[in-house]
Amino acid sequence: MNPTLDKLLGGKQGAIGLALLAALILVVFPLALDAFRLNMVGKYLTYAFVAVGLVLCWGYGGILSLGQGIFFGLGGYCMAMFLKLEASDPERTKIQSTPGIPDFMDWNQITELPLLWEPFHSLSFTLIAVVVVPVLLALVIGIAMFKRRVGDVYFSIVTQAIALILTVLIIGQQGLTGGVNGITDLRTLKGWDIRSDEAKLILYFVSAALLIGCILIARFIIASKLGRLLLAMRDKEERVRFSGYDVASFKIFVFCVGAAFAGIGGAMFTLQVGFMSPSFVGIVPSIEMVIFAAVGGRLSLLGAVYGALLVNFGKTYFSESFPELWLYLMGGLFIVVVMYFPNGLAGLWDSHGKRCLARLRRKPQVLVTPPPAVIATGKRPTPELETTP
Amino acid sequence: MNSPAGFQAAKPVLAIEGLTVSFDGFKAVNDLNLYVDRNEVHVVIGPNGAGKTTVLDLICGKTRATAGSIDFDGRELTKMREYDIVRAGVGRKFQNPSIYENLTVFENLEMSYPAGRKVFGALFFKRTQEVIERVEQVAQEIMLGDHLHRQAELLSHGQKQWLEIGMLLMQDPQLLMLDEPVAGMSVSERVATADLLNRISQGRSVLVIEHDMEFVKSIAHRVTVLHQGKVLAEGSMEAVQSNPKVIEVYLGH
Repeated sequence: MNPTLDKLLGGKQGAIGLALLAALILVVFPLALDAFRLNMVGKYLTYAFVAVGLVLCWGYGGILSLGQGIFFGLGGYCMAMFLKLEASDPERTKIQSTPGIPDFMDWNQITELPLLWEPFHSLSFTLIAVVVVPVLLALVIGIAMFKRRVGDVYFSIVTQAIALILTVLIIGQQGLTGGVNGITDLRTLKGWDIRSDEAKLILYFVSAALLIGCILIARFIIASKLGRLLLAMRDKEERVRFSGYDVASFKIFVFCVGAAFAGIGGAMFTLQVGFMSPSFVGIVPSIEMVIFAAVGGRLSLLGAVYGALLVNFGKTYFSESFPELWLYLMGGLFIVVVMYFPNGLAGLWDSHGKRCLARLRRKPQVLVTPPPAVIATGKRPTPELETTP
Repeated sequence: MNSPAGFQAAKPVLAIEGLTVSFDGFKAVNDLNLYVDRNEVHVVIGPNGAGKTTVLDLICGKTRATAGSIDFDGRELTKMREYDIVRAGVGRKFQNPSIYENLTVFENLEMSYPAGRKVFGALFFKRTQEVIERVEQVAQEIMLGDHLHRQAELLSHGQKQWLEIGMLLMQDPQLLMLDEPVAGMSVSERVATADLLNRISQGRSVLVIEHDMEFVKSIAHRVTVLHQGKVLAEGSMEAVQSNPKVIEVYLGH
């Protein structure tokens, strides 16, 4: 196989895994679920963008960001600003004291469209901003933190603080952002009604396809030398630094990639759900996103998608039945996963699922357990299995 | 000057002058002068706490000097970033073997190949024939030619030490700094390591910190004894061993 293609697909096993996931989200869900449920799955999949980015940052880069909601929110707000402007044409808003500006601005006695909003009249600017705005903020945070060697738990705390600050800022600037309600009542994209069932179905497929695209990009990164460097840095940062690498630049890079994925996810969220509000930016959603990645397996890109789907199905089910218990359950789940299944569902699959499959496939015989090293390296051929001298 | 071949070396490759580092008032290295010549194996010995490892930390940029200068081949290292120091040609091996345990020997060596060191370079780095040949050549040199595809964690302690030396050799540094390279090695491994150092010191300078006197004798062109952050004595191994001040420091208490 072409080496680049091989890298993207992650070998035969990776290709099968990806094909299964694609079949599930592109065929099984659309056929099995009604429009309402499918739209819900579409919403969950937008969180999966963030979880995939977290696998890169946290699983591979060792950077635990507890503020991915920031980037999800920024992407979502960029998209919402465009849609809101389109929904606020002078004809439809003629009862306002200033027609042609978003309704919440009018309620806040703003008489002119703020300068910040002006460029969001353009769809192409918006689509670029969805990715670039989160990346720029990640770049600033990354340079400020990693160049100074702020890492580990300190980094996590700072990202959390930034998530909180951004929430407070959005809520405080009501006239500019719609405040605590967020930007609501979004209707059309270039005249195309995004609220119809048909539009939701199309948006679902666009979202799923973009997610698969992000997974492929992430695979390419992981399979490259940069991916190996990330793993090396996680365990032996000094050795990498004193092998001539600027460790900070690699961390900044993956953090920015994670932010870009989250931004795309946020924009797709806005399109499918029809509004954006600060409740998707702050600390709680940011931590939830980390839980999706942890449950799925922080070293598995596909696992992160399953984690996002599963935890959200659980959330919907439990918060319908026992709303007050859900948060505790979520916290408990996180602790159990981190303590007992540090590699999440993907880890369980690797250690148990595959063996069960193999047992089913073969007639029962003496099960030869490969030595641990072979499990860890996976596909590598092992010409020498004798013990170390 | 006691350069090995007996000729006057033109200019030392590394010149440390007036180097001082102070940790909360404690001077771990105090007004130190130390020179490493080209093609020289220079060993630094000294009792615990003499500041040996700190000197290496200062050279490679891990610790920043309070005062003084470190001139490496015309470049001032005290102001440079760690990765720039490495790229300038200084390689450093840590005291405990510092290798990537879950990568293979091949991958460990490849990681140190001096290409694809920037973000996008690393993203699009390709394992060319040139890389493979270089890795195989270095693996032969460090006696791991038959273990290329073994996971590094499965190597013996001595082999891990060699692997780390090999990772430095991949970058073909002008100055190689080794912190206790034979610690924890068996006798035969020590002999093999001494041979290895004698081979790889052709065409480059090596600065070694070591406790094992037999080993030092077998590799050192010049020995510097460090005591309380200062040079106590310098010269050939025999000269240093018979120096009364050195005997006092090592045996006197």
